[in-house]
Amino acid sequence: MIQAEAIAAELLAQMQDAGAQRVAADILQPAETLLDLYGEDIRARAYVTHDPALGEMMLRPDFTVPVVQAHMKGGAEPARYCYAGPVFRKQDGRRAREYLQVGYEVFARDDPARADAEVFALFSRILDGKDLRPVTGDIGILKAAVAGLETSTERKSALMRHIWHPRRFRALLERMGGQGQLAEARAELVSNLRVARAEALIAEAGQMVGLRSADEIGARIATLLRDAETPPIPREQVQALERLLSLHAPARAALGTMRAQGWAALAPALAPALDRLEARLEALDAAGIDSGNLPFEASFGRTTMEYYDGFVFGFVSVRDDLPPVATGGRYDALTSVLGQGRAIPAVGGVIRPEILAELEGAL
Amino acid sequence: MSLKLGVPSKGRLMEKTFEWFAARGIALTRTGEAREYAGAVDGVDGVELVLLSASEIPRELAAGRIHLGVTGSDLVREDLADWAAQVVELAPMGFGHADLIVAVPKAWVDVENLDDLDAVAAAFRARHGFRLRIATKYHRLVRDYLRSHGVADYQLVDSQGATEGTVKNLTAEAIADITSTGETLRANHLKILRDPPVHCSQATLFAARAADWTQAPALTGLAEKLGLALPPERLGQMPLSDRR
Repeated sequence: MIQAEAIAAELLAQMQDAGAQRVAADILQPAETLLDLYGEDIRARAYVTHDPALGEMMLRPDFTVPVVQAHMKGGAEPARYCYAGPVFRKQDGRRAREYLQVGYEVFARDDPARADAEVFALFSRILDGKDLRPVTGDIGILKAAVAGLETSTERKSALMRHIWHPRRFRALLERMGGQGQLAEARAELVSNLRVARAEALIAEAGQMVGLRSADEIGARIATLLRDAETPPIPREQVQALERLLSLHAPARAALGTMRAQGWAALAPALAPALDRLEARLEALDAAGIDSGNLPFEASFGRTTMEYYDGFVFGFVSVRDDLPPVATGGRYDALTSVLGQGRAIPAVGGVIRPEILAELEGAL
Repeated sequence: MSLKLGVPSKGRLMEKTFEWFAARGIALTRTGEAREYAGAVDGVDGVELVLLSASEIPRELAAGRIHLGVTGSDLVREDLADWAAQVVELAPMGFGHADLIVAVPKAWVDVENLDDLDAVAAAFRARHGFRLRIATKYHRLVRDYLRSHGVADYQLVDSQGATEGTVKNLTAEAIADITSTGETLRANHLKILRDPPVHCSQATLFAARAADWTQAPALTGLAEKLGLALPPERLGQMPLSDRR
């Protein structure tokens, strides 16, 4: 613990040298409004308690949300912040419930590619020599690919909602492509629902109990019947998306692959997101990171914070029993949620000093 | 020192456990007065019977205060974090069967499986401004199950009894509970989702990794009688401090 605190102080000093202003955040944060922003995983793992005057409160599960909140209340632009302190998350088994995070966040309107590269290059520099493997990804490309599918808005928003849950995403994509068990189950359900009018079906099924009303059931039946008329997502698009999700390659090569002919089924939708990736790779090269050797995994970041919506990155140890040493990404949409309409592009990341300490102990 | 065997202290679970051991040549009996929780073991040496509430057995196993224990596989999975690191499943015993299932109102004619439940949860949240509530006392099992299936936009609400009534009482929209016949569900206008259950539970003989196995020589003789393939050296080498 003392070793981790010494590491944290050193990391923080390097972030301040890089021009960041140190900020603090309360350990006790309001839960009700903020918890949703983290997504399912963190929501289930936050320590929530009740305050007689303030209502539901939680022990902060990370710093990004409170830092964004503080910035949106009147920070200067552009701004660079750093912080260090404990965060709290419930765990099964032996993993730590309370651990330090040292973080760096950049709020800047101009040149998002350069801000992405700045954060990544800083992390790369201060973690140099620690025997870590960097990995990058881009949630923006996944979102663009889903937005580019030739299908209904309902289906697209169902897929968007589950970008963060790879297993359900895959199952939905298969069903919407008209394949597999779920497609069969859905076809059977729809044929049962066609037998009679919604009110008759509900009345026949048994006594109405619970808060979900006959209206709501009727509305979903209508949605299901409409969805049954929607043609399957074209096979080439499903395949292109599946190939995209499993893409692992050095970043330059990955960009080339995604631009190549084989991806034509998704090409028009992907183009702007791929242009952003290209600009980022150029900014990374300019910042001294060799994008020709930088690992890119299209699915990276899908099981972390649900507020990331662009560039994502991590630095992972070769020891697979340890969580990543560092993670981060771009979260433009979060600033607009917390700024009530005002938004500013933002990118940042955190380092876990205890994991570094454990790795050093093992050396 | 003797090997401590924890067994449910009353009811059908106790009787069935006694029968299971009797069929394997080990007579377990309650001794003393009817209200006194004391017991005797015949047919194998060095084993001490400890009568406990079935719900306390997972905790006693985890603490290593008993070497072996009989309880529902659902209770061990629910009550112990990372249960497989704390206990070893030695033998499913073939009784006390019950499934932990997710059930929704029968009137939800648009819902048959988790795929539907997930879609309904999203619509429910948009309409009502809060997450669809699932009442249960099996928080860990149900949370893991829904997470592994990628269901979102639900919340678990605690229900320690009469869970089937929570939907009618408007304190939950769906439930996750143990059922063996489904009678109570039907009586409360609920139906089970078609997906495989959260867990199929039965009475199971467990061994505690944290117990002191160096002082329990009776294990070999007991295992032989019960026809169990034991990993005793692994049990002995997994003291509490080394658990992952």
